[in-house]
Amino acid sequence: MNNPTVRRIVLAAGAPVSAFVLAVVVSSIVLIISGSNPFTAYGDMIENASRLETMIDTLNEAVPLYLSGVAAAIGFRMNLFNIGVEGQYLIAAFFAAVIGAAVELPAVLHVLLILIVAMFSGAVYAGIAGLLKVTRGVNEVISTIMLNSIAVGGIIAWLIREFQDDTSTTNLGTKPIADSGLIPDLNGFVEIFTREITGGRELTGLIVLAVVVGVVYHLFINRTRLGFDFRASGINPMAAKAGGVPPKRMVLYAMLLSGLVAGLVGMPELLSEQGNYEQSFRQGLGFSGIAVALLGRNNPAGIAVGALLFGLLSSSSAILQVSGSATPEIVIIMQGVIVLAAVISYEVVGRIRARDEARTAREATVGVPA
Amino acid sequence: MTAPTDTPPPTGDPLPTSPWSQRLAAWRRLPAWARWALSAALGILLLTLVQEFGTDDTSALTSQSTSQAMVRWAVPILLAGLGGLFAERAGVVNIGLEGMMILGTWFGAWGAINWGPWGGIIAGLVGGALGGLVHAVATVSFGVDHIISGVAINIVAPGLTRYLSDEIFTGYDGGSITQSPRAESLGRFTMPVTSGGPIGSWDSPDVLGWFVRQEWFFISDVASVLKGLTTQVSYFTIIALLLVPFSAWLLWRTRVGLRIRIAGERPEAGESLGVDIYKHKYIGVIVSGALAGMAGAFIVMELTGFYREDQTTGRGFIGLAALIFGNWRPGGVLLGALVFGYPFGLSLRDLDGSGTHALLLVVAISLGLVVLWALSRRNRVDAILAGIFGGLALLWYLLSDTAPDWLPNTMPFVLVLLVLLFASQRLRMPQADGQIYRRGET
Repeated sequence: MNNPTVRRIVLAAGAPVSAFVLAVVVSSIVLIISGSNPFTAYGDMIENASRLETMIDTLNEAVPLYLSGVAAAIGFRMNLFNIGVEGQYLIAAFFAAVIGAAVELPAVLHVLLILIVAMFSGAVYAGIAGLLKVTRGVNEVISTIMLNSIAVGGIIAWLIREFQDDTSTTNLGTKPIADSGLIPDLNGFVEIFTREITGGRELTGLIVLAVVVGVVYHLFINRTRLGFDFRASGINPMAAKAGGVPPKRMVLYAMLLSGLVAGLVGMPELLSEQGNYEQSFRQGLGFSGIAVALLGRNNPAGIAVGALLFGLLSSSSAILQVSGSATPEIVIIMQGVIVLAAVISYEVVGRIRARDEARTAREATVGVPA
Repeated sequence: MTAPTDTPPPTGDPLPTSPWSQRLAAWRRLPAWARWALSAALGILLLTLVQEFGTDDTSALTSQSTSQAMVRWAVPILLAGLGGLFAERAGVVNIGLEGMMILGTWFGAWGAINWGPWGGIIAGLVGGALGGLVHAVATVSFGVDHIISGVAINIVAPGLTRYLSDEIFTGYDGGSITQSPRAESLGRFTMPVTSGGPIGSWDSPDVLGWFVRQEWFFISDVASVLKGLTTQVSYFTIIALLLVPFSAWLLWRTRVGLRIRIAGERPEAGESLGVDIYKHKYIGVIVSGALAGMAGAFIVMELTGFYREDQTTGRGFIGLAALIFGNWRPGGVLLGALVFGYPFGLSLRDLDGSGTHALLLVVAISLGLVVLWALSRRNRVDAILAGIFGGLALLWYLLSDTAPDWLPNTMPFVLVLLVLLFASQRLRMPQADGQIYRRGET
């Protein structure tokens, strides 16, 4: 541990590894208390993970989580807490569903239009919180929490009746989008390399979108002027301001961009599964995205790892149910414990690093006259 | 509700000679109870006027059942808001209130089923406090960002309760993975003499009821609201309401309260005086969780009668809204809880939506008053903004006959955004609220 290089590597690996170990320990304790054998449960999960169908499930789960994670991360990079990804993606999915069902266009254009509507709606809704913060100093955590509730309980509850599909009276939902607006699955492509995918599983084509968003996010944050300004004002807004970065404009841009990506979160559900927006449209992805962004340290590749891990855990809950080796809810507990353990261990490791740095600086300056 | 003013209210009064600010000063010289009573009377007067002269044929605005339901809906919001108060006064933002409330619903049901209503309250309290403990460990001991920890708790809590239901409630008669069997409530109380509650075997007179039956303008309306507040009140509600002055006393009149508050205002200053800041932050956050858990137990025992998944429906967040609306003060939290509980209470008795529709006019008039207020302070931007929103509310009122059923759910959140829009400079949260405090670092 005295070799600085070794120490650095141990520290870098320490946070995720200790988070994982802690999560396994806590979940094992919960499993033992409830009378299940943790080894059988984990064995089932691991055995299940190598099945092709589980991998497809995992990827399908991971795509929206990844998009949601990136949306949250854009805010985090600026020290902005966009808790409103939840409301933004639901509003965006709703308007995308309404407009997507109202038009008829050739396939590529139709999909593009839907995606643009979604991004625009997400950005506008996030922009409200941005404007409130910039012009009236309203804390974005509070305003986005309120906007989440207004989106679901107010705007969507109101408009879904206006745009209801009258052919189906059983369920409140918008008209279905024509096939030209839906995204084809990638099963054919995957099956070139593997055996046939069974169980009616379809790999969402929007995995391509997730990859594109990840690459663009990476290039934007690490390779562009605006991305640099973002990071700078996130780290030290005063210094950034002194360097000519207008802090208010940065806040507004960050909210708009975060909302823009948030708008895409509901697209896999809308364009690969449902085809319309129903009242039962999947909720909660915005909050899971925050967790995923935390796991991935706001880093494009890290968020992907976090999203895949969460996706794998979610798709494992089904096998636990089937095999009966443990209650499937253990998976949600594991996800939560992993997040808490991860943020705590990142915090601790960060502090050890800072102490190391301070010591190195002190040792290096010993004997140097001030 | 004595929310003592240890700091002068943030007035920012720039025009000390205007008649408005003189009137304001006179208002401030009144004792707190008088201000509360006068505000309540003015509020009821506004409701009565809207009811009498508005286009809606409704008597729900000031009806006994509305005020009764308002209080029942306000209590979980109040308890969650008080929970937020304890955490944020200790400098820890608690977004996890919702999750702690969810824990409270499960533990409250579990306790009530096994040990009766008091067991339910205590179990709910403990369940929520456990959530608070996790939040405290993460934010205080490990310095994790408050929002992050809160979000994590909100993610874990529903999973944990579902897991626990699967382990325990499925084994009960009438229970399932999403629902518990019936949980007993604490019982109800009707005030004797004023509202006709019995004393022993004697049916005491119902004075307020007599006033209500006279149908006198305004007086009968006040009587009917008061009768609602004193009829069939749950003992749990009374406990919750007593917690308001108790919290004010604890936080502003005791040593431990002062120390909790210094942890939220100037922790370094407290530390230099020998106050154990970590310990007091822990106290604040654990109490916060306990109160949120109590709110959950209230929902289970007094509102629905059993535990059901997703039954908190964002009330933890509404509690947070009430905290901000109430400017981080116990009395203010109560006011916020009542204001936010009112549309819910109204909607229960107002099946045709005409009462809620009349509320639009109330909102429009209130925003009109904000316009006048802003003009008197020569704040043109505020006046224009309030005018726009008030105009929209008025337009909506005039162009429709009934209000949609989603409006009561949405109103609290819109109201908070409006309050933040117009009053965010006048609100004062604890100075070190949300900041991570590390002992020995500045």
